[in-house]
Amino acid sequence: MSTAIDNRLDRRFTALKAAGRTGLVPFITAGDPAPELTVPVMHALVAAGADVIELGMPFSDPMADGPVIQHASERALRHGVSVAQVLEWVRAFRRDDAETPVVLMGYLNPVEIMGVERFAASAADAGVDGVLLVDCPIEEDATAAPLREAGLRRILLTAPTTAEARLQRACELAEGFLYYVSFAGITGAARLSVDAIAERVADIRKRSRAPVAVGFGVRDADSARAIAAFADAVVIGSALVESLAGSEDAGQVEQRVRTFLEPIRTALDR
Amino acid sequence: MNASSPVEDFHAWPDAQGRFGDYGGSFVAETLMAPLAELTEAYTRLRSDPEFVAELDRDLAHYVGRPSPIYYAERLSREVGGARIILKREDLNHTGAHKINNTVGQALLARHMGKPRVIAETGAGQHGVATATVAARLGLKCVVYMGATDIERQKINVYRMKLLGAEVVPVTSGSKTLKDALNEALRDWVTNVADTFYIIGTVAGPHPYPMMVRDFNAIVGREARAQMQEQFGRLPDVVTACVGGGSNAMGIFHAFLNDRDVRLVGAEAAGEGLSSGHHAASLAAGRPGVLHGNRTYLLCDDDGQITETHSISAGLDYPGVGPEHAFLKDAGRAEYLGISDDEAMEAFHRLCRTEGILPALESSHAVAQAIKLARELPKDGLVLCNLSGRGDKDVHTIAAREGIEL
Ligand SMILES: Cc1ncc(COP(=O)(O)O)c(C=O)c1O
Repeated sequence: MSTAIDNRLDRRFTALKAAGRTGLVPFITAGDPAPELTVPVMHALVAAGADVIELGMPFSDPMADGPVIQHASERALRHGVSVAQVLEWVRAFRRDDAETPVVLMGYLNPVEIMGVERFAASAADAGVDGVLLVDCPIEEDATAAPLREAGLRRILLTAPTTAEARLQRACELAEGFLYYVSFAGITGAARLSVDAIAERVADIRKRSRAPVAVGFGVRDADSARAIAAFADAVVIGSALVESLAGSEDAGQVEQRVRTFLEPIRTALDR
Repeated sequence: MNASSPVEDFHAWPDAQGRFGDYGGSFVAETLMAPLAELTEAYTRLRSDPEFVAELDRDLAHYVGRPSPIYYAERLSREVGGARIILKREDLNHTGAHKINNTVGQALLARHMGKPRVIAETGAGQHGVATATVAARLGLKCVVYMGATDIERQKINVYRMKLLGAEVVPVTSGSKTLKDALNEALRDWVTNVADTFYIIGTVAGPHPYPMMVRDFNAIVGREARAQMQEQFGRLPDVVTACVGGGSNAMGIFHAFLNDRDVRLVGAEAAGEGLSSGHHAASLAAGRPGVLHGNRTYLLCDDDGQITETHSISAGLDYPGVGPEHAFLKDAGRAEYLGISDDEAMEAFHRLCRTEGILPALESSHAVAQAIKLARELPKDGLVLCNLSGRGDKDVHTIAAREGIEL
């Protein structure tokens, strides 16, 4: 079984649980704000307290993303960022960081065009730990099978609209972590209703062996802390991407990462 | 049907997962899986509900104006000098295109499902107008997403939608055309799933849309097949239609799928030529991939990024195509050929001059294909061409292309 293969994600979540800490999972779009800044930003995120890095693979038609991540994708694509390039950045990151798990997030078409098997093998070889394909629900699981076979964790999503039978199945199939989308909407919107999320996440945690990360709508220390009361990890995307946009050099982008992420880390650990 | 070979029933698709062979499916964000299941359930129930069917038939007869006639284009055929060209006059429908066959059906569904708000994407504006029209009639709130580029080239339809009470939202992301309007409509739907019905305008998108939109348009082929028998005593040798997302083509093809002697030819937009890179011919020049919720042929680069398309006609300017067409292509049941901007323009003028019919630029691609096919056949041959819409919306584009200021 592929889950027997040692995986950084599993180790990291085991360690977090042992320490009684909530995981912090920042999302950035690979290649934004500039291609040469991606690896420095990844290291800066770790230095500022990230437990897992979610790296977005840019796509021309990001139908589940709001304007912030859409624009980040468009900027990255204007710089010619490809899937192969993203994998090279992960490989470069791994030279100095053998421990922090990296999850790639993206849409199916670039992966299909590369070939799912080839992608899975290259990603595992580059040091990727998990893959989240936004437009590949459990019904289309066969398409994603090569990911598991290569030892990568397939990160599944559940949402407020997910029906009972499908929720149960997602909880059974979950590995790495289960991503709970906190509201019906696109990335970057802000409509957190903490009580409703808490109830739903409690239900999911009872059924799923995999830890539960909550994303969509977490923007700052306050919202992160509210979610941390019941989730295993929080994912922060659009607000971070927005704060890094326009950075011109490594020094500036590292400073912005610290300013953005450190208060959130502190709030989670309080 | 041919008894010597195992006969496939082409009417058996899609399967329960919404697949047409390798194509179709539901490749969407998790949040949309529930509303898609709800829609599939409602549609499956209502399509066989006699009351719903009667209501739909009434609307098609009295509001849309069905059946639309078939018309033997005698002067055009004579000028071409080949087989007889028969036009299926979808341009005579209310709002001027086949698109209303689908919107009447989906809007009725929306009402039965208790959704007070409908949204749509549009390219040429025909689907947007057809949606705004039925929304006005049923008193539903209507929001139409349209690429900023298309808003510029289809001003008349934008104004028509506004007159009908719809809100037209310009989409400025990506290439600012139909595919981006579809992305934006999906984002709206994800955000407003509880009260919103998404009326997709073609046989693309996730299951059940390719099946449902085909079913609502299949009346075109059912009528035409019976009309051919009635007026010519036989089926046509070939049926042709333009293919953007593929709804008018699926609509007219469907009734003929199991008539294996009837050739089916889709006309895709070859733009400035298939080798120029400036075209929208996903089947003729694309490859299988996943876009907008289904696996199908699409136009993308080697890194899987969807490429910008070009066609003189906004309604064909789409980098994907309905999954059932992808399936029919691979099965060898239908062929898909490219018609260039210039060929479409020439056919446009020819139909205007010889028959007094001003076709939509989309439909002009089908007419150009019909002319080519007629030339290959003897004089008693029969080419059935879906005239999917009228060209009033395109007069500004045509005038501009010919350097005429209106
Ligand atoms: C008149 C007409 N024909 C054809 C099309 C193309 O769509 P489809 O391929 O779905 O029929 C359009 C789209 O706007 C249209 O307006």
